[in-house]
Amino acid sequence: MNFGVVVFPGTWSDCDFHYVIGEVLHQPVRYVWHRDANLTGLDCLVLPGGFSYGDYLRAGAIAGRSPVVEALPEFVARGGLVLGSCNGFQILCEANLLPGALVRNECLQYRCQSTHLLVDNAETPFTRALRPGQVLKMPISHGEGRYHAEPETLHQLVDAGQIVFRYCTEDGRVTKEANPNGSLRNIAGVVNEDGTVLGLMPHPERAAESALGGTDGTLIFHSLLGSLVEDGSFLKR
Amino acid sequence: MTARVLIRLKASILDAQGASVKRALEGLGFPEVRDVRVGKVIDLDLDGADAETARRRIGEMCARLLVNPVIENVTVELHGEREAR
Repeated sequence: MNFGVVVFPGTWSDCDFHYVIGEVLHQPVRYVWHRDANLTGLDCLVLPGGFSYGDYLRAGAIAGRSPVVEALPEFVARGGLVLGSCNGFQILCEANLLPGALVRNECLQYRCQSTHLLVDNAETPFTRALRPGQVLKMPISHGEGRYHAEPETLHQLVDAGQIVFRYCTEDGRVTKEANPNGSLRNIAGVVNEDGTVLGLMPHPERAAESALGGTDGTLIFHSLLGSLVEDGSFLKR
Repeated sequence: MTARVLIRLKASILDAQGASVKRALEGLGFPEVRDVRVGKVIDLDLDGADAETARRRIGEMCARLLVNPVIENVTVELHGEREAR
C-alpha cells in the first residue's frame, strides 16, 4: 500500500508519519510537497499536524486552498483514501472535504496531553480493525481543536454514522471532563459520507511504539492495510 | 479603492477569546461590560476597480479564502479611492 505524506511550510508531524509508515509498518511511503498535485501511484494520502502557513487567517485555511489539497477531490473520486490528523483535520474541514470546523479550544489553552477515544464507527477503511465501543489511547496537541457543526450538519453526521471517535474516559464514558477542548458532543474524529476521508485531532503517529507510551495509533494503519483488496481498491463502508 | 472586511464569529459559536477578554475587563474595573466578541479586520488596497466590481471581487475573495461560512459572518465596507501617497 503506497502512502504519501504531505508537507506544507510549517508542518511538523510529517517526519513522524513517514517514520511510522516506513519503519514501523514497513509500507512504501514518500513525501508530497504542497505544490505537487500529482498523486499518481498513491493509495492513501496523509495530511499531518503542524501549523501550515503559520495557521494565518484560520488554522488550515491557506493550506486548504493549496494545489495538493485542490487535487484531493479527484484523488478520492478515483479510489484514494485521505487521513488528516490535527492540522490535517483542520485543513480537510477548511477545504470542505469534511463537514464542520475546528475553532479555538474552549479553555483557551494549548492542550498537549494523552486522551482516550471511544470508537463509534468501526466500518470505515480507517477503523475496520477496531470494534464499536473500543477505547483507544492517543495524544492530542492543539490550541484549535474544538469541533463545531451547525445543528442540521450534526444530525446528518449522527444519522450517517460519520462520527468515528469521541473523547471519553479511560473506561469509555463520554463526559464533559473527558473533553479536552470543548468539542461539540466530544467529537474527536469524523469521516465523509463515503468513509474515505478521515479527520481526527489526536495524533496516531505519536502512539505507534510501546516505548513511546502506546501503539493504539497503529490500529488505524492496520485497518487501512486490512481494507486493501486484491484489485488495489478498498473495502468501503 | 480601499475596503475593510470585518469578520465575526457567528453568534451561535462560543467566543472563548471574547469571554476571556470580558473577564479581564471586569478585573480592571469595567463591570458594565455585558459581552465581548473578538473579530478580525482585513484591510484591502485594490487596483483600479469601480465599486461594483470591487464588491463582487471581494465577495469572491471571502468565499474562496477570507471567511469560513461554517463559523463566521462578514461585513464589507468600501472606502472609495485611497488617498495619494
